[in-house]
Amino acid sequence: MTSNSKPLRSTALMQLTLARLREFYRQPEAVFWVYFFPILMVVALGIAFRNKPVERITVDVVSSEHAQTILDALQKDERIVAAIYAADECQQRLRTGKSDLTVAAEDEKKVGFTLDPTRPGSVLAQDLSNRMIQEAAGRSDPVPTTTSEVTEPGGRYIDFLVPGLLGMGLMGGGLWGVGFAIVDMRIRKLLKRLVATPMKKSQFLLGIMFSRLLFMVPEIILLIAFSWYFFGVQIYGSWLSIGFLVLLGAAEFSGIGLLVASRAKTMESVSGLMNLVMLPMWTLSGIFFSYERFPDIVQPVIKLLPLTPLNDSLRAVMLEGTSLIALWPQLILMFLWGAVTFAVALLVFRWND
Amino acid sequence: MQFAIRCQNLVKTYRGKPPVEAVKGLDLEVLPGECFGVLGPNGAGKTTTIEILEGLLAPTSGSVEVLGMSWDTQADAIRQRMGVSLQETQLSERLTVRETMQLFRSFYRSGMTVDEAIELVALSEKANAWVKNLSGGQKQRLAVATSVVGDPDILFLDEPTTGLDPTSRRQLWDIIRSFRERNKTILLTTHYMEEAERLCDRVAIVDSGRIIAIGTPRELISSLGAEHVIEFMTNSDLGSSDDGASFDWLKSLPSVDRIESDHSHHRIIAGEPHAVLPALFAELKQRDLRLANLTTRHASLEDVFVSLTGRHLNEN
Ligand SMILES: Nc1ncnc2c1ncn2[C@@H]1O[C@H](COP(=O)(O)OP(=O)(O)OP(=O)(O)O)[C@@H](O)[C@H]1O
Ligand SMILES: [Mg+2]
Repeated sequence: MTSNSKPLRSTALMQLTLARLREFYRQPEAVFWVYFFPILMVVALGIAFRNKPVERITVDVVSSEHAQTILDALQKDERIVAAIYAADECQQRLRTGKSDLTVAAEDEKKVGFTLDPTRPGSVLAQDLSNRMIQEAAGRSDPVPTTTSEVTEPGGRYIDFLVPGLLGMGLMGGGLWGVGFAIVDMRIRKLLKRLVATPMKKSQFLLGIMFSRLLFMVPEIILLIAFSWYFFGVQIYGSWLSIGFLVLLGAAEFSGIGLLVASRAKTMESVSGLMNLVMLPMWTLSGIFFSYERFPDIVQPVIKLLPLTPLNDSLRAVMLEGTSLIALWPQLILMFLWGAVTFAVALLVFRWND
Repeated sequence: MQFAIRCQNLVKTYRGKPPVEAVKGLDLEVLPGECFGVLGPNGAGKTTTIEILEGLLAPTSGSVEVLGMSWDTQADAIRQRMGVSLQETQLSERLTVRETMQLFRSFYRSGMTVDEAIELVALSEKANAWVKNLSGGQKQRLAVATSVVGDPDILFLDEPTTGLDPTSRRQLWDIIRSFRERNKTILLTTHYMEEAERLCDRVAIVDSGRIIAIGTPRELISSLGAEHVIEFMTNSDLGSSDDGASFDWLKSLPSVDRIESDHSHHRIIAGEPHAVLPALFAELKQRDLRLANLTTRHASLEDVFVSLTGRHLNEN
């Protein structure tokens, strides 16, 4: 009747991990959202930015006897969309943002610009229009310049975006996956039932973390494969490094997820908390655009957020082929986030009610 | 180890406004190998008490020993030897019966095999079914299976049969009995007096956080003074209205210990029904009263509860 032998498969950690994996894979809706949402995101953003047409600059010319000359000059640059309107109409269009700039030829030798200087598009439009008008009137530059454009893979927006989305997926997956699972078990009194067994609490939490790491692998592979196939996004660094980063990132955010869910009693409170935790990272940690744009004074704070080192190192490995050794500060920071939140979660966790 | 469970002066006050005194000084001594029942109405403090004994709730004051050990110092050792089924646990719906058992088995150093435990609760046919697709009774049996898979020395069951139909209830009783036969200690709560009577060696009747009676079912019932209950109704169709009429004469029938009359509904607690009944019939005939719905039965724990509190166990 009694048996003491324990193959690996029937150790508590293994069983806890397996149970979580099974529960997850047996919920097709959950699988769909976890695996396909990031892909939908890549598709949507990838299409939005892929063949991003040259940015259009809309310039209105106030109707006058010299208007046509100006129009011809402006239309030499393909980026400019110019047309002639009556003065009051030009004003109206500028005010409502339909045009970036209004050009009025007061006489043959004098041209006036009207613009909203707070709009970057307007300033650009003024520079460009001015140049076109001057060139048409015979200006020659004292220093000849040439321009070449970067369009090869690696330097495009989609290349920047995909690592950010990987990071975002790891963050969302870790927090939502772990947080909801825990609060659900708490509501069902399953946690209470489990602590009445000799189960080690740390193993329970580790099991949840491990199962998260395992769910993440297909998600990430799918996302990378998809962006490679459809958008030609390439990985310059080693696959092994990417794999390591994905596991570390998943562990980091499951630790944070455990902490966020450690005391929450309802789904509402845990969702609120998770949104609160993720919100700053969605905007600050460089998912959709580089965080270098934020003021210098907040840079140190941004760099300490859990998602920033993950996004930075994913980008470094994917886009620049950086080795993990060079990324040690980021790796240590991520490890600390994961380990410290795990330890604190274990301390403050609410098991019994 | 003298006692399987021993608690002294157990008090639990839930914080809040106002605070709830769920357990108000409770002493309990359960012997090894005993099946002990805690019987009481809703809100009596049964779950609170059992969860304190299981180490899931901290008592406000009082001492608890389980298998001679204390929750403060030997929690892990107690858990290895204890099995628990809570009043309300929803096991994971998307695991099969076998997977659920494998999970729970993995927590214990030694115990039954998963298949033995499934067999024990007669769920072999459902071993590969998702928990979600089990009936209420099957879920309860699975919950009991998870509590015995570590082959515990002591089993805590909080209302294991509440909400089950008579067949499922009987199945669970058999499981509990088979466990009891292996000389293990069981502490169960219930608000079915019949369950306590049939299953338990000793019973504590709890009301409002206090034990109001404790003993073997026989002892408790015989504390009523007599062991039979005769219930009947009188019918006043024949014009002899019994409204306001006195039925005190019932008391003077032979072998009657006590009577309770409520309008035309009467209850006689008596030692020997064969002595009471002929005299009762004769008296009724003489008084021109008609008899309806006569029943006689053994006194039950329910009667004990009623006589102690003036209330019925399952009334709300
Ligand atoms: N977490 C809690 N916070 C506040 N009060 C509580 C809590 N749990 C139980 N109570 C109160 O304590 C009292 C005893 O509850 P308990 O659950 O122990 O009763 P019970 O005998 O198990 O009842 P039932 O037969 O309905 O399961 C009740 O008045 C209940 O409202
Ligand atoms: Mg209860």
